[in-house]
Amino acid sequence: MSTQIIKEKKTETASKTTIKISGAEAIIHCLLAEGVDLIYGYPGGAIMPVYDELYKFQDKLTHILTRHEQGATHAAQGYARVSGRVGVAIATSGPGATNLVTGLADAQIDSTPMVCITGQVGSHLLGSDAFQETDIVGISTPVTKWNYQITKASEIPAIMAKAFYIAKSGRPGPVLIDITKDAQFDTFEFSYEKCKGVRSYNPVPKPDLTKISQAAQWINEAKKPFIVYGQGVILGQAENELKELVEKAGIPAAWTILGLSAMDTDHSLNVGMVGMHGNYGPNVLTNECDLLIAIGMRFDDRVTGNLATYAKQAKVIHFEIDPAEVNKNVKADVAILGNAKETLQLLLPKIKENTHEAWHSEFKKKYEIEFNEVIDKEINPTKDGLTMAEVIKEINIASNNNAIIVTDVGQHQMVACRYAKFNQTKSNVTSGGLGTMGFALPAAIGAKMGAEDREVVAIIGDGGYQMTIQELGVIFQHQVAVKIVVLNNDHLGMVRQWQELFFERRYASTVMVNPDFVKIAEGYHIEAKRVSDRKDLKSTVQAMMASNKPYFLEVKVEKEDNVFPMIPTGASVSDIRLK
Amino acid sequence: MEKKWFTISIYSENNVGLLNRISGIFLKRHINIESLNVSKSEIQDVSKFTVVVFMEEELARKVVGQIEKQIEVIKAYYHEDDDTIYQESVLFKIASNLLFDERQIQNIIKDSNATIVTVSRDFFVLAKTGRKHEIDEMYQQLAPFGIMQFVRSGRIAVTKAEMPISSILAAFKK
Repeated sequence: MSTQIIKEKKTETASKTTIKISGAEAIIHCLLAEGVDLIYGYPGGAIMPVYDELYKFQDKLTHILTRHEQGATHAAQGYARVSGRVGVAIATSGPGATNLVTGLADAQIDSTPMVCITGQVGSHLLGSDAFQETDIVGISTPVTKWNYQITKASEIPAIMAKAFYIAKSGRPGPVLIDITKDAQFDTFEFSYEKCKGVRSYNPVPKPDLTKISQAAQWINEAKKPFIVYGQGVILGQAENELKELVEKAGIPAAWTILGLSAMDTDHSLNVGMVGMHGNYGPNVLTNECDLLIAIGMRFDDRVTGNLATYAKQAKVIHFEIDPAEVNKNVKADVAILGNAKETLQLLLPKIKENTHEAWHSEFKKKYEIEFNEVIDKEINPTKDGLTMAEVIKEINIASNNNAIIVTDVGQHQMVACRYAKFNQTKSNVTSGGLGTMGFALPAAIGAKMGAEDREVVAIIGDGGYQMTIQELGVIFQHQVAVKIVVLNNDHLGMVRQWQELFFERRYASTVMVNPDFVKIAEGYHIEAKRVSDRKDLKSTVQAMMASNKPYFLEVKVEKEDNVFPMIPTGASVSDIRLK
Repeated sequence: MEKKWFTISIYSENNVGLLNRISGIFLKRHINIESLNVSKSEIQDVSKFTVVVFMEEELARKVVGQIEKQIEVIKAYYHEDDDTIYQESVLFKIASNLLFDERQIQNIIKDSNATIVTVSRDFFVLAKTGRKHEIDEMYQQLAPFGIMQFVRSGRIAVTKAEMPISSILAAFKK
């Protein structure tokens, strides 16, 4: 694509092998050369030369004007998470740049490949506290995989190529490139070569075959092996290998919040979610297994609870691409570095077939306890008030478990991750590590644009929805056919739950007096419905899913429902509470 | 776990902004940097950071892991004092009259192998290079006489064990 554009330019410039263009135009060529055809952003003074070029290239590069720069980053994240490509967001200097920080931090902790481009004041003004100047490189350093400030147009091709390489290679992450305005205006001889490596950067460590053999031996000898898989499986495209391992060795497997959808939810050996609001069996039995096989997950504190009591009886095998994650929280008896697909492929021929039926039945017994105590009451409630779980159940039914579910942060997120069913990978998009309220609405926009042929349902609480509600403007303007479901309990539900359980019901600033969400959606010309009665739920969800346009659904749910099971902060995974 | 002195050696590309990234790793964990030196290394275009910290070994290992994760860091190590040969430099500015009036000052200079950098009407400057405890000891000896100014450099260190940066760099190219 960009080759074609460059060829066109070449004919204009006769026999020259390179072309003389502005830095701003060079940025566009770099994006096109990296296969980018969609970017999210917001213009402003210091990035105007780039926007001027975008105007010229709008037939090749679509720009989506989000209503806030934070929305641009979350949209880029949603796009990246479902498409597997690099998301791109662009903003001006100063406040434009600082508004990207939340999305950068979110992408950093959730390993999302993203390149953010910010305009910067002219290089002669750097450090002078000029209008809309901020040290965005300094500000974004802790929340980026890499960042760089360009002050000369001639630096643009190499730095842009490096940015994309770093963002998507190894453990992916966000990169920020800050470009001074004079570098955007200056002209130079442009040529582009994709980055193939960075001297000091080893994105994928080589697997150690001896350790793989050791792991295989332990897996074959184990009586109670247990797999916990995370997003590394999805990022490493190791879904098939994970499934083969689980089935061949008959090992029960559980997902972390970001590992969700790497395996079919209904697979008989897929036993649920680990972590604070995960399932009873996987959490309790973590402390009974004799071998814990962690694949592409990083032992987040929300997964482990109290480290002093976490899986102390088990040998631990850790498949991980990032060496810094090994032994960071949980000590691994064998750590296998590398890409999950590659390492699992090396492991699989060494694995013996097994069923572990007795061990698997332990999970079934625990599930029955959880079903009777919690799940049945949540998805088949008999009380008057609507539960969040029954809404998720109706979405599962109406979508045949085939929707991309995008969630924000809070009770609805935990309920969605507990009850949503998936039969395709890359279908769960949520803010796992940072817990960013306001993530879901813009991320759903990006997800829909990254997977246009799939249904995208954003499930959002009334609190988080209002943090980026302005992105309804994007949905309306571009007719992004996302389904927005606000589970409204008129509270900041998760904080209220903690206040109830741990702060003697002192609901400090968690009661929300909400606006008429339906009218707001209608104000953006989006079809909108409200459900507050169970008899209307199924038909309305079906109508929503049948629509091929944007659709807003507010469901008035129980105000003071809690999400259980729950591991209180600092408690052991085996101390998980069912009520 | 017991806290100890560690020297962290970091080989890196010589790029703007890397110091910010590395210092941020210490900041996030509330680790105070006792001394920091950045210079060229034995390899062309490769910089070496030498950071001295007082911490538990387990934390040192994790910090080194986080440092190595930075794109422009080639390799990082941590070492106990016995595993390194290190030096620090110091300058003492002292009133000139003490040099002539206090016999003990002259003994301190002689015994510590310090050198007199300059002498003027009002002050003289002593320089010394040595290990941490030698410099601490000299400070303690001079302090009772009055030190007008005192400044100490970051530690520089080489390790007794090999740090095979060249072969690591060669491996990156493969």
